[in-house]
Amino acid sequence: MKNSRLHMLVCGGTGCESQDSNKLVNALNLVLDKYGYKDEVEVIKTGCFGFCEKGPIIKVQPDDIFYVEVKPKDAKRIVEEHVIKGRKVEDLLYNEPVKKEKVERQHDMSFYKKQVRIALRNCGLINPENIEEYIAVDGYLALGNVLTTMTPMEVIELVKESGLRGRGGGGFPTGYKWELTYQNKNDLKFIICNADEGDPGAFMDRSILEGDPHSVLEAMAIAGYAIGAEKGYIYIRAEYPLAIHRLNIAISQARELGLLGTRLFDTDFNFDIELKYGAGAFVCGEETALINSVEGGRGEPNAKPPFPAESGLWNRPSCVNNVETFANIPPIILKGPKWFSGIGTEKSKGTKVFALAGKVNNVGLVEVPMGTKLRDIIYEIGGGVRDNLKLKAVQTGGPSGGCITEEELDIPIDYDSLKSIGSMMGSGGMIVMDEKDCMVNISKFYLEFTEEESCGKCTPCRIGNKRLHEILTKITNGEGTEEDLERLVTLGDMIKDSSLCGLGQTSPNPVLSTLKHFREEYLEHVVNKNCPAGVCKGLSKKKPVNKQ
Amino acid sequence: MKSLEELKAIREKAMKKLNVRTAGEEEIKILVGMGTCGISAGARETLTAMVEEINNRNLQNVVISQVGCLGNCFGEPIVQVNIPNQKSILYGKVTPAKGKKIIEKHILNGEILEDLIIGEAFH
Repeated sequence: MKNSRLHMLVCGGTGCESQDSNKLVNALNLVLDKYGYKDEVEVIKTGCFGFCEKGPIIKVQPDDIFYVEVKPKDAKRIVEEHVIKGRKVEDLLYNEPVKKEKVERQHDMSFYKKQVRIALRNCGLINPENIEEYIAVDGYLALGNVLTTMTPMEVIELVKESGLRGRGGGGFPTGYKWELTYQNKNDLKFIICNADEGDPGAFMDRSILEGDPHSVLEAMAIAGYAIGAEKGYIYIRAEYPLAIHRLNIAISQARELGLLGTRLFDTDFNFDIELKYGAGAFVCGEETALINSVEGGRGEPNAKPPFPAESGLWNRPSCVNNVETFANIPPIILKGPKWFSGIGTEKSKGTKVFALAGKVNNVGLVEVPMGTKLRDIIYEIGGGVRDNLKLKAVQTGGPSGGCITEEELDIPIDYDSLKSIGSMMGSGGMIVMDEKDCMVNISKFYLEFTEEESCGKCTPCRIGNKRLHEILTKITNGEGTEEDLERLVTLGDMIKDSSLCGLGQTSPNPVLSTLKHFREEYLEHVVNKNCPAGVCKGLSKKKPVNKQ
Repeated sequence: MKSLEELKAIREKAMKKLNVRTAGEEEIKILVGMGTCGISAGARETLTAMVEEINNRNLQNVVISQVGCLGNCFGEPIVQVNIPNQKSILYGKVTPAKGKKIIEKHILNGEILEDLIIGEAFH
């Protein structure tokens, strides 16, 4: 075996790959070969580090040195300086935007200091295309323990005790969902992984699948054992080619080692997984629509009940869990439910991955304990608002969520607190907006999205959202009236109350929450025909109001 | 996969390789000076020999790291040993053989090799 003394971990997530991280890997290998260091240094392509703002990223271990924005042409310098002479390449180190100083080590970066990585534990650590590296970090050990020492009900009780709730948006207790499916007796049941990540800007599920696909496979097998399913489906959007590629590799490696297939760990339990590709419709993240799509039908939701736990895929009991939820399962089994429930708040346990985006210095994926303050996420991990502008609002929960204002930044965030302030966790999108963003325009953007993504099955969602969008367009064109604002509220409430599925039940949230928090700005649009942020083109003949 | 033992056997083998990567704060650190003077005095050979020794002895809690010039160019190759909560020790003129000895005596048995010490380490 090769005795490499240095490991260079190069980010191979979609973000960094699009910025030539593949070429960088090749360049590093070429230079190392040229200088005769190939046997001492290993270059590994890992999953996403989450620090997408500054990609491509290289982390050098065991030195814990973190290089950012590395180009293929930098490979020569890194080898000549770091590998040969043991000196850091200063200008590739990360420059903290707040303290304005270079940081060498990953542990010292404020972006990582407050993070607790459970779901993302292996992203940026292992090579996702090598099952042995996953096994080295205790991979498939949870599955082995479960199959050889626990009954299905014990597994369910353990997950219930951990307090894990669904990470896809709804926040339904995972163990309870498993129990419901377990109780419905049938000769055929299914476990389904929802990898139809649809929120604009959210990419945690993709990153987990790209960086640590085996953790999802392992968790699905555990869930299959718990509910009594021998077949799993991963419903993934075809827009995620790299995740699909790595999943396919992972599945075939797991089959080869007998970690998927028949008689796993010499027990009577058989389990296998198949991928189903989706066309990227937002509504297919809703579980009944997803199931219809897996069956080959139109991606339209059904009225519930019956819930999938009673009658799901091909009318059999089925359990649908999200990617991030699954990624939490193996550590919960290995470290115990008490460890997990010791993290987070009273009703929301563990961590949540957020996709931090918008006008914030450190755009990327962050995983923090439930109950972390939004202020810490934006100002410490995120490094503050770009260009030192003033924060106006934070949008969480994507097209189903709402806006949070400056005054609410100190609320510890979890499922319930976000709901209480008119937003929601959703899948964890978090978009930071500054004073140059127009809230009316933001609402319009989300409504445009939901109008397009509405499947059209029920009237309130199909027509209601269209009307909402039309009214918002009218306002941003400078033709709105005060009555329009009332109409937005009445119509929004009506859509929420009468839509069939989660899409319509939450789609008016962006409008309603911005109307609540930024009514002045809406009034400015309809009364004075002025867009204070200077965004709405229909109103651009007026000069933006001078800010104090 | 037939048993947990089979899985654990794969894990043991693979963990050895990942040891370098999962290095944490609590581990013993060996620093090898790799400035120009260090390299010309044979630091790379010393480093390689020590890495090999650590691998052969399957030491999980030791990481070896190269650093720039440590400033004591007269005593190259230089090796610094940092054991958590202990004073750092700076060894000079460490040949590959002496490097292996440092691991055997100092790291494994806690015996400091007095005659190899060349000075005070600062951190």
